[in-house]
Amino acid sequence: MPVLDITLKDNALIMIHSLFLINNAGDLFLEKHWKSVISRSVCDYFFEAREKAVEPDNVPPVIRTPHHYLINIYREKIFFVSVIQTEVPPLFVIEFLHRVAETFQDYFGECSESTIKDNVVIVYELLEEMLDNGFPLATESNILKELIRPPTILRSMVNTITGSSNVGETLPTGQLSTIPWRRAGVKYTNNEAYFDVVEEIDAILDKSGTTVFAEIQGVIDACVKLSGMPDLTLSFMNPRLLDDVSFHPCVRYKRWESERVISFVPPDGNFQLMSYHISAQNLVAIPVYVKQNISFFETGSSGRLDITVGPKQTMGKTVEGLVVTVHMPKVVLSANLNATQGTYNYDPVTKILVWDIGKLNPQKLPNLKGSLSLQSGAPKPEENPSLNIDLKIQQLAISGLKVNRLDMYGEKYKPFKGVKYVTKAGKFQVRT
Amino acid sequence: MTDSKYFTTTKKGEIFELKAELNSDKKEKKKEAVKKVIASMTVGKDVSALFPDVVNCMQTDNLELKKLVYLYLMNYAKSQPDMAIMAVNTFVKDCEDLNPLIRALAVRTMGCIRVDKITEYLCEPLRKCLKDEDPYVRKTAAVCVAKLHDINAQLVEDQGFLDTLKDLISDSNPMVVANAVAALSEIAESHPNSNLLDLNPQTINKLLTALNECTEWGQIFILDCLASYLPRDDRESQSICERVTPRLSHANSAVVLSAVKVLMKFMEMLPKDLDYYGTLLKKLAPPLVTLLSAEPELQYVALRNINLIVQKRPEILKHEMKVFFVKYNDPIYVKLEKLDIMIRLASQANIAQVLAELKEYATEVDVDFVRKAVRAIGRCAIKVEQSAERCVSTLLDLIQTKVNYVVQEAIVVIKDIFRKYPNKYESVIATLCENLDSLDEPEARAAMIWIVGEYAERIDNADELLESFLEGFHDESTQVQLQLLTAIVKLFLKKPTETQELVQQVLSLATQDSDNPDLRDRGYIYWRLLSTDPVAAKEVVLAEKPLISEETDLIEPTLLEELICHIGTLASVYHKPPSAFVEGSRGVQHKRLPPRAGSGESTESPDVGQSGPSEAPPAVIPSQGDLLGDLLNLDLAPPTATVPSVQPSMQMGAMDLLGGGLDSLLGGDIGGSPSMGAGLGAAPAAMPASLGGAPAVGGGLGDLFDLGGGVGMPTGSYVAPKTVWLLAMKAKGLEISGTFARRGGIIQMDLSLTNKAMSVMTDFAIQFNRNSFGLAPAGPLQVLTPLSPNQTIDVSLPLSTSGPVMKMEPLNNLQVAVKNNIDVFYFSCQYPLSLLFVEDGKMDRQVFLATWKDIPNDNEAQFQIKDIHLNSDVASNKLQGSNIFTIAKRTVEGQDMLYQSVKLTNGIWVLAEMRIQTGNPNYTLSIKCRAPEVCPFVYQCYELVLKN
Repeated sequence: MPVLDITLKDNALIMIHSLFLINNAGDLFLEKHWKSVISRSVCDYFFEAREKAVEPDNVPPVIRTPHHYLINIYREKIFFVSVIQTEVPPLFVIEFLHRVAETFQDYFGECSESTIKDNVVIVYELLEEMLDNGFPLATESNILKELIRPPTILRSMVNTITGSSNVGETLPTGQLSTIPWRRAGVKYTNNEAYFDVVEEIDAILDKSGTTVFAEIQGVIDACVKLSGMPDLTLSFMNPRLLDDVSFHPCVRYKRWESERVISFVPPDGNFQLMSYHISAQNLVAIPVYVKQNISFFETGSSGRLDITVGPKQTMGKTVEGLVVTVHMPKVVLSANLNATQGTYNYDPVTKILVWDIGKLNPQKLPNLKGSLSLQSGAPKPEENPSLNIDLKIQQLAISGLKVNRLDMYGEKYKPFKGVKYVTKAGKFQVRT
Repeated sequence: MTDSKYFTTTKKGEIFELKAELNSDKKEKKKEAVKKVIASMTVGKDVSALFPDVVNCMQTDNLELKKLVYLYLMNYAKSQPDMAIMAVNTFVKDCEDLNPLIRALAVRTMGCIRVDKITEYLCEPLRKCLKDEDPYVRKTAAVCVAKLHDINAQLVEDQGFLDTLKDLISDSNPMVVANAVAALSEIAESHPNSNLLDLNPQTINKLLTALNECTEWGQIFILDCLASYLPRDDRESQSICERVTPRLSHANSAVVLSAVKVLMKFMEMLPKDLDYYGTLLKKLAPPLVTLLSAEPELQYVALRNINLIVQKRPEILKHEMKVFFVKYNDPIYVKLEKLDIMIRLASQANIAQVLAELKEYATEVDVDFVRKAVRAIGRCAIKVEQSAERCVSTLLDLIQTKVNYVVQEAIVVIKDIFRKYPNKYESVIATLCENLDSLDEPEARAAMIWIVGEYAERIDNADELLESFLEGFHDESTQVQLQLLTAIVKLFLKKPTETQELVQQVLSLATQDSDNPDLRDRGYIYWRLLSTDPVAAKEVVLAEKPLISEETDLIEPTLLEELICHIGTLASVYHKPPSAFVEGSRGVQHKRLPPRAGSGESTESPDVGQSGPSEAPPAVIPSQGDLLGDLLNLDLAPPTATVPSVQPSMQMGAMDLLGGGLDSLLGGDIGGSPSMGAGLGAAPAAMPASLGGAPAVGGGLGDLFDLGGGVGMPTGSYVAPKTVWLLAMKAKGLEISGTFARRGGIIQMDLSLTNKAMSVMTDFAIQFNRNSFGLAPAGPLQVLTPLSPNQTIDVSLPLSTSGPVMKMEPLNNLQVAVKNNIDVFYFSCQYPLSLLFVEDGKMDRQVFLATWKDIPNDNEAQFQIKDIHLNSDVASNKLQGSNIFTIAKRTVEGQDMLYQSVKLTNGIWVLAEMRIQTGNPNYTLSIKCRAPEVCPFVYQCYELVLKN
């Protein structure tokens, strides 16, 4: 393109040039540059977009400035703003930023401004190790932890006494084997492998309770603490359910394609083995129904609310942790309600009504009923509030997915094995 | 204790304190001090003053301390080059350390220090590290080559690092391969013509093998590299697709999208009846759907790309409509994208569902989203004819809500529905008219005015309605003013008896009281038209309008193809060509989808015999210019949902006016009122007077009619007439037309700059993008005086051929940027290759013979030049004027054979044989050249010269 100084320069292979961390109040509290220092004034464009978006969630992920692109994610009330100078795949950058956030979480227990500030040197070392001149270098938590030790209270005490460091002195063993995700020489006295099948229902139900859209997002989380180099095979009773899957790099895709079994040498510790998606085209069981009526009167600045929740397709299991959340229109000042079960709370600032029900008793259906008072003189709200449902069902994968067996090869000992199932509501909405 | 202690400062002065600590004898104290320095760096404090002290800490056995110092060095070495040299010895030493971690760290850090003096010392260690026994070091060194190339490309080439890097593609370790590929593709981008990444079936095979084993990031590099490969046939294409498909199940969404890109591109080559083609289509849907359950930022990028994929291959996601349904807590940027895709997927089969959803959205809280949902209903009506009735009734329901912005949007889209289905839904006009008073946005007002004007005969009080708008005429936006002018003229033509006064009022408002040239011009044209020939006026103004097309916001097909090749990039997020983003190579190598096997649509061997040289450019360039012109206005706003609303239709009206035999008006009686139509007899006297007396206005009108542009200049070689390169409407009033000429060995670009805006333009400058023959301005653009409104300046810009070179598509394409005090504008134009034919292009006969034989026959191209009635001598003379030299002539059996040579500015020789048969107006031209891609362009020059 012509060179009248609006285009990006194509001279560098740097993918991510700089990273700025910004908190919700707009304070820039950390910057890291992988090439030359870019003035933090570049973030003004971000602040502008931030202001325009009103809600932090609505800040567009890609922002164009005259000389750079800013690609950002919003995690744990922190904006991770990266500065890009060349044409790079934005997903690449976004994935990487998520990986950074996850690494912080993993290292410090939580990813927050204070933990980052408390561990600023480790953060800096991590960022340097994760990205070399814009190329991701080591992003697997197993490898990173060998290069840079995570802080523990004990270690920082020992370090101060003995003067030892939190940097690994040797090359991580897994770094260049064909299984980069596993370190060698793992040893446990109790060998155990646990798998959690977690399914989330994303659904939209309309006024009458008909399903507009429903799908299941499933993951299998693993906690594998096995010595040596175990080679595992996990098989399902009904693998046909899984036609849309994403695997951890350790899974041998060929065997999945030909035999529908998951064959892998696991990373050490916690990891996500796979995620799957059961689409809207399959019939998705909806565990609860909601009968609701929220109406506002033309006059008198008031309205009525009446919500009842009941079980629908629960496969004989108990629905727990039931919470109904309603985003009320702005003009709703307060709610005077009566709950037959659980407690409710209306926050007049955020306009969110939360009804925490708890366990669903099919014999005595929970009901929330009463009146809403509106700002006097304000017109009747135009929009209809939507309900968000939260719930949990133990020992059930709502899709019906069942693990058949787990076999281990390559090692002689007998491991403990366990599989747990749980179903939760994901983005589960009821329109009114 | 946490690291936050490093942020505390003392009163004494932080730097002073740190300096003392850095020079402490105690190792631990030193390390703590360096950590404090790093902590300051992270919050953007300038601690560069400590450079020498920190560098002193570098020689240590403590790996952590060493790392910290290295971190510091990378940040500040650039600003302290002389100091940085102090570190060199340690670097070189560390590159030989026993610990591979330290070797890798040293070579990596050295590469990051962009200081020439350090770079020189880097070569030897780097060479060793590239061949290091430890793959960790090798993979770090591979990236380092790319870094070094960025600092000093020549050095990298001289040192032979590129070859070493190429060898690393065959490395036994997949991560080394991935990094080598990444480094090579980066380097290749700044060297588009170098054959660095020589992709052939063998290397492709290696890449595919490495693909299975390397890290997720490496997979992205490899997939992106694969995407630039052109398989030899459909079988190779299929086998690559088969090996790439497993990547669709990767947990990393960037890997998935890169894999989708490869598949979308290579699929193009597979025959559609192949079973595998169908299988592949089915395999693409689930991963795309899965991307939508990821984090919102990822969803956004995925949605922008899905938008492209849906336009290219709607069949992939046609059953997945529901996943695009909007959840109320989706971020707004996700909501808007989903909505757009919903409309694209809407069909008769799912329209009921879609409409129900849209109606739901129209009652949401977010105003932008509600507006877009209302527009979407209108788009559904236009797209799916069967649904039009339901859409209209949905819109009427929404109008009943009386929510102001909903009503306004609804009116805008109903206007489009009227355009699409004339005489079907006009019964709703009454309802619309009820809401007249609540309209306060220009677009809605303009739409309503259009409706009133268009259906004036059915609305009893149309004149009253329009009159009410007229009261505040000067406060309206241009859009509304123009619309009102046209609507009242329509009304007058339909009900002339009652509305004379009204039309006179609006015409005088438009022509006399307005500063807006568009409005004035349009006013004058109507006035003349009405006064001269009301019947013709009726034919023109009330002409039947073409129906609007069903999907107006589709991306233009060639751009779409290019964007499909760039799935996953920024270009795909902005839906703008990649050239819009990156200066240099990647942008301009327009990627094309490969041709499908076995189908007739081969992109090779274009039918050159048919295409005249003049016809290609105008077809392509305006659209491209359009896109380029939009660059500065890049924003996240999706393309406006609706149709060429009022504005374009008006423009068309204006065009019709021009073609409508009005020329006589111009030359003729501008001054007098006698020619005014009877109904207009009492036109204000000031108006004709101003017309007659103000040359500026006449000039403005003259320009309007002078669409043809300037006249060719007969000096030197043939010069084509000027054509419009940059339309005024795309360039804030600046119109540029031009042509190219070669005069006495000097290449010139003749430009006419016309100011069609209202304010004076100054500060002109021009610049070219890199191009095939290195054309570049030899001096600044000489526009000495400011360009006042309606003024045209002709300038000749001398060009040199010493600019940077990059192959363009087509070869003779030139991308130009012109700047003035208002903005920067871009356009593309194509120059005749004869511009580059040099004066000393006459080859020696012997050399000619030898060269002709020497060039392989594959490089020969044959063309027909039709309808030339010249004998061989005249033709030969004509050609010589353009530096095409005849070296020899032979006559065999009534056939003249002319042997000719041409030399281009860059030293390329073109040899030609032209056969002329007496009595046959068709010449046969055979062209041979070592660079065969120039042949069609040389042929174009032949045709141009001989036919003019």
